[in-house]
This record gives sequence, C-alpha cells and structure tokens, in this order.
Amino acid sequence: MAEAEESPGDPGTASPRPLMRDLKAVGKKFMHVLYPRKSNTLLRDWDLWGPLILCVTLALMLQRDPADSEKDGGPHFAEVFVIVWFGAVTITLNSKLLGGNISFFQSLCVLGYCILPLTVAMLICRLVLLAGPGPVNFMVRLFVVIVMFAWSIVASTAFLADSQPPNRRALAVYPVFLFYFVISWMILTFTPQ
Amino acid sequence: MAAADELTFHEFEEATNLLTETPDAATTSRSDQPTSQGHVAVAVGSGDSYGAEDEVEEESDKAALLQKQQQQPGFWTFNYYQSFFDVDTSQVLDRIKGSLLPRPGHNFVRHYLRNRPDLYGPFWICATLAFVLAVTGNLTLVLAQRRDPSIHYSPQFHKVTVAGISIYCYAWLVPLALWGFLRWRKGVRERLGPYTFLETVCVYGYSLFVFIPMVVLWLIPVPWLQWLFGALALGLSAAGLVFTLWPVVREDTRLVAAVLLSTVVLLHALLAMGCKLYFFQSLPPEHVTPPHQAASLPTNIPLSPTLPRSMAPS
Repeated sequence: MAEAEESPGDPGTASPRPLMRDLKAVGKKFMHVLYPRKSNTLLRDWDLWGPLILCVTLALMLQRDPADSEKDGGPHFAEVFVIVWFGAVTITLNSKLLGGNISFFQSLCVLGYCILPLTVAMLICRLVLLAGPGPVNFMVRLFVVIVMFAWSIVASTAFLADSQPPNRRALAVYPVFLFYFVISWMILTFTPQ
Repeated sequence: MAAADELTFHEFEEATNLLTETPDAATTSRSDQPTSQGHVAVAVGSGDSYGAEDEVEEESDKAALLQKQQQQPGFWTFNYYQSFFDVDTSQVLDRIKGSLLPRPGHNFVRHYLRNRPDLYGPFWICATLAFVLAVTGNLTLVLAQRRDPSIHYSPQFHKVTVAGISIYCYAWLVPLALWGFLRWRKGVRERLGPYTFLETVCVYGYSLFVFIPMVVLWLIPVPWLQWLFGALALGLSAAGLVFTLWPVVREDTRLVAAVLLSTVVLLHALLAMGCKLYFFQSLPPEHVTPPHQAASLPTNIPLSPTLPRSMAPS
C-alpha cells in the first residue's frame, strides 16, 4: 500500500488504527470516483484494497446459481474475477505500451475503483429483479446500467486521459470503454433462477 | 523486418547516386512493379532543385533514424514491445479504412503499413470481435424469446470464452502458418521477400475488422439478409487478403499460388460460417417442462439440459 507515512510494526501501537486509516483512505477514494474531479488522490496514494473489495462484491453478486447447467448460465465467480483483473492488467499494459506515463499500479487502482458505479448498478438491479420480471423491470435496469456505465467511463477517463499524449488518447481510452461495456453486459444479463 | 530495412537502405543509396547525376530528377519508389535491378525509378521532371535537395535531406534523416532503429532492443525488454505500439489514432483509423475498402493495386502492407506493423490493431480488433460475437449472439436469444416465450433465456457466458479462444487462435495461428509457408517457398524460389510475421498478423487482424459490423447486422432476424451481409463482408475481407498476398505469391508456380489463395479464402469463409452457425443459431421452439420452483418467474420456464442443437460445437 503506498501510504504516505508507513508506520512499521511498533509494539506500542494499537492495531485498529492503521485499519481505520486504510478504510478511510478507501472511502475517500470512493468519494473521488463518485464525484470525479481532477484531483491526484487516486493516482498519488494508490491502493488495491478498494478494487479487491469491489471485485469480490461484484463477482459474488454476478455468479451463477450452482443449479444452473454447465452450458448455459452466467459467469462463475472465478470468471468474473479473471475478466476484471485480467482486463485491467491488459488495459494498463496497453496504456504503457502506447507511451503513457502512468505507473502500473496507479492505472490498476484507477480502473478498479471506477468499477464502483457498476457495482452500485448491480445492487440496484438485484433489488429491482426482486419485484418480478416484465418490460418495465427491464427498462429500469437498462437505464440504471447505462447511466452507471457512462459514469464509470467519465470517472476513469478523467483520471487516465491526461497520462497519454493527445494523438493517442482515443487508442488508450477505447479498451477502457470495451472493459466497462463487458462488465455492464454481464450485469444487465444477470437473471436469477 | 530485416529484408524490408535492407530494401529501404538500398533505395536511399541508389537515389542519392542518381540524384547527384541528375539534380533535377524526382525519385519515386515503386515496389509493386518488377524492375530489373533496384526498386527505384527516376523520372526526370520539372521539379525544383530545392525540392530535390529537401527530399535528400529528409532521406538522410530517415536513413539515420533507420540505422538507430536497426539496433533493436532484445525481446525481453519492454522497449521491444513498445515499438509495436508506435501508432497514432489517425494511423489506426487509416489502416481500418484501408482494410474496409480493398483495391486491386493497393497492397495493404506496402500502402498502409509501410513497414511499420503494429500490434494494437490486431489485438483490440480481435478482442472487440470476440465480445461483440458473444453479446450479439446473446441478444438474438433475447429477441427470439420476445417472439416465442417458450424459449429459455440464459446469459450463455461460456460463449465468451469460446469466441475469445477461437478468434485469437485464428488471428495468430493462421498468419503463423502462412508466414511459415511463404518463408519455405521463398527458400525454394529466392525472389521477392515475403512479409514478416508481424505484417502478416497485421493484415489478418485488420481484415477481421469488417466482421464487426457484419455481426452487429446479423441481429436482424431475416435469414437471406444475414447471408447477404455475410457474403458481402467475407468478400471484402477475403479480397483484402488476396490483394495483399498476390504480389508475393504470383512469383511462385501457378498451382502453388492458386492453392494458397484458395486456402486463405476458404479458412476465412469457414470462420464466418462457424460464427454464424455457433452464435446465431435459429432456435427451434424447445419442449416445455413444468416449473420445479414455486417462486420461479412465469416467463423463464426451465428446460431439460439437452437442447436439440444441430451444429454442436466440438
């Protein structure tokens, strides 16, 4: 964790304090994602706890029913995990290969944190699905997913776009678009059994 | 890559030699037309001597850069791979446009790649195509269910894996085989150098771009329209491949050239057909079993696991 002050194991320090500090840092970054502004907090103090929490939450909510047959059905828990992390690593590599000046973990941090709107969309979709199927149900879910997808894209490009030279910005942003599109698709097609 | 670099270096030498003799000449290099010796044709025209000098200076700068680039870093360093992503947005869009509109005289490699192949295009076009295939295949299921509520909808996530693996294998293994075959024939023939592996991968990667709109248009559930779009896209894509391969292959015997080109087209057609049949099956109405959960939603009627699929994938 790239915290500014690392307090090594000091026998006198009470252990809950670093945990609270970390949780507060994660929460602060959540706020920065929800209200994206040109601030450096996400980039400077990167951490991967937030992305991990979000990814596990999303994968838990998206995973298929164990009763589903092998052929059909939604993704397994591991498949969601792999898509999110492998996708984020690929986009980061792509961005660095194109000549971007963002570090590997900073980019992973930004991409992971910007899944937050889509996780919120997943929560809302699950709640909406409890009300039963129907075209209205679908339109509401579609609207929510589209809005959150746009929010994710705007949040991540606000942080990532500046790190690329201007003649390659679109090349670096397109994979981010594809990544969040795939996640949004998985959220939208989630059908409980 | 080494063959292409040698060609450009020789071009420069001959150009300067000829330019010193005829200062008013303008040089053009035509690599498609067979010339007896080099690949430079000198046209004595009315160009300014100042313009020719400028061109010579540009050429010398380019030659100096090429010399620096010839000391390529090893394949274990990051910079080696960075050289394959040295493209701008406009260049990628230009190459995509070039693959969409193949023309008989314009060789994709010489005209658009210009000895600077990139890996960005092939990689992300394959990724996009794989996801678009899975998504639109699932969408046809949704639309089919709207028309016929007895069809069971499911996210079919395994199709994403199948799409990804098959597209990437096609886009990387087939160029590998083609490149290997052309190099082997070059050993036999010893004429015009074939394309490097990366250039072959690039040609195949960009030629797959036209399948993306084709797959999206396959959402329209009119069968003859789907075959029409498929044929159009396949024609464009295969034409691009054939026009690119023709200059390399025509040096060879007729038989080998014909067999190679028809194999390339056939493989491409098999890919298109495979996509259509696996991802866009027109579903027969499934037989219905009574719901086994009391709380199940009325439109999602569970079915027996074995569904009658005529073209079962391996």
